[in-house]
Amino acid sequence: MRDRITRFFGSRLGIMTVGAIIGVIAPLLQYFGNPKNMGICVACFERDIVGALGFHHNAATQYLRPEIFGLVLGATIAALIFNEFRSRGGSSPLVRFILGMFAMIGALVFLGCPWRAILRLAGGDLNALVGIAGLAAGITAGVFFLKAGFSLGRAHRGPAISGWIMPVIMVFLLVLAVFRVSFVKDGALFFSESGPGSLAAPLAIALVAGLLIGFLAQRSRFCTMGALRDVILMRDTHLISGLGALLVVALVMNLILKQFNLGCAAQPVAHSNHLWNFLGMTLSGLAFALAGGCPGRQLFLAGEGDGDAGIFVLGMLSGAALAHNLDLAGKPDAIVDGVLKVGGISTWGMLAVLTGLVVCVAIGFGMRERSA
Amino acid sequence: MTIIDTRGLSCPQPVLLVRKAIEAGQKPLQVLTDSATARDNVRRLAERLGLSVTITEANDEFTMTLE
Repeated sequence: MRDRITRFFGSRLGIMTVGAIIGVIAPLLQYFGNPKNMGICVACFERDIVGALGFHHNAATQYLRPEIFGLVLGATIAALIFNEFRSRGGSSPLVRFILGMFAMIGALVFLGCPWRAILRLAGGDLNALVGIAGLAAGITAGVFFLKAGFSLGRAHRGPAISGWIMPVIMVFLLVLAVFRVSFVKDGALFFSESGPGSLAAPLAIALVAGLLIGFLAQRSRFCTMGALRDVILMRDTHLISGLGALLVVALVMNLILKQFNLGCAAQPVAHSNHLWNFLGMTLSGLAFALAGGCPGRQLFLAGEGDGDAGIFVLGMLSGAALAHNLDLAGKPDAIVDGVLKVGGISTWGMLAVLTGLVVCVAIGFGMRERSA
Repeated sequence: MTIIDTRGLSCPQPVLLVRKAIEAGQKPLQVLTDSATARDNVRRLAERLGLSVTITEANDEFTMTLE
């Protein structure tokens, strides 16, 4: 029975089914309260968690997003049931941390990870096309390095407890989210009272949605970066058929739920500064390609005991703190007195993206193995 | 028989190494992996290229024979 389920999720029908289910769930999460075009956004939600814990002080983006805890723990449950939970790590952890950090900075310049890029497009936000083009450019650069022998080296099996660290952290944060612990007066935890951080589906719905997606994605190896990478690298359309199903179904759902609004200017939590939308996602795409998985996939791997993916997630969390503390993140378009004020990023944000690209290219060249 | 040890390598390296070996005409191939994801990806690649795949599992590691 377990083998049959494994074969199903490994099939094209299986990955498309998973994509379609995510395509139903994400717009529903928006319907139930999540920010517009942000049913699931790994980068945004991790950034909100970082804010809730007080690692950045942008009052508009602070919330302990249960979806993230669900994504990790859903993958843990699937890995345990199907005997795939393996504690492992030791494959260039510090490099992965840095890749995670810059992946997050790039994503927050664009205002969304690859998951949200697809959901933004499904909601009619045409800026997402620019972001996805940037993502493809970054992944193409990553493929160049992979073909040239790029490798982060071998991971090694470890004691069970090391693989449990990320799932246990997620349980701990979930407990904090449920009880909204106040550790110190006027201090953490922080919960936004306005802005995207204040918009959220009810905790139970968000958690169950995360658990379900985490479970299905662990079984099907769903990966938004891998979808594009496999097409560019091997003309393999397996993963991208899942991403395509997600896009089509989310588009239909948005039309049904009246959440579709076609255009570029003043889209929800988005800016129409095309150059930096493109370059932000180029940086993200390259960092995800070098690290071997999109932000969602890194959460699922962390859930099944992969400490290296866990380190990448911690890098992303640090990148989120930096992005807001150093004013690197994108600012959304706004309508001020009836006039469109195009958002974008600060000079520091531009410098951070360019620095990230230089660092990722250096890592790409520097981590090559002649004979793997 | 050519043996490719992909244990501990992350995606997509196992598939790349196997594809390179197949393109170099190294058949039959034995592929070692400790990841179910790599097992599934290598199996999909092999089946796409019309090769037969047999898989044995021991101690949470997989030995795949492609021919």
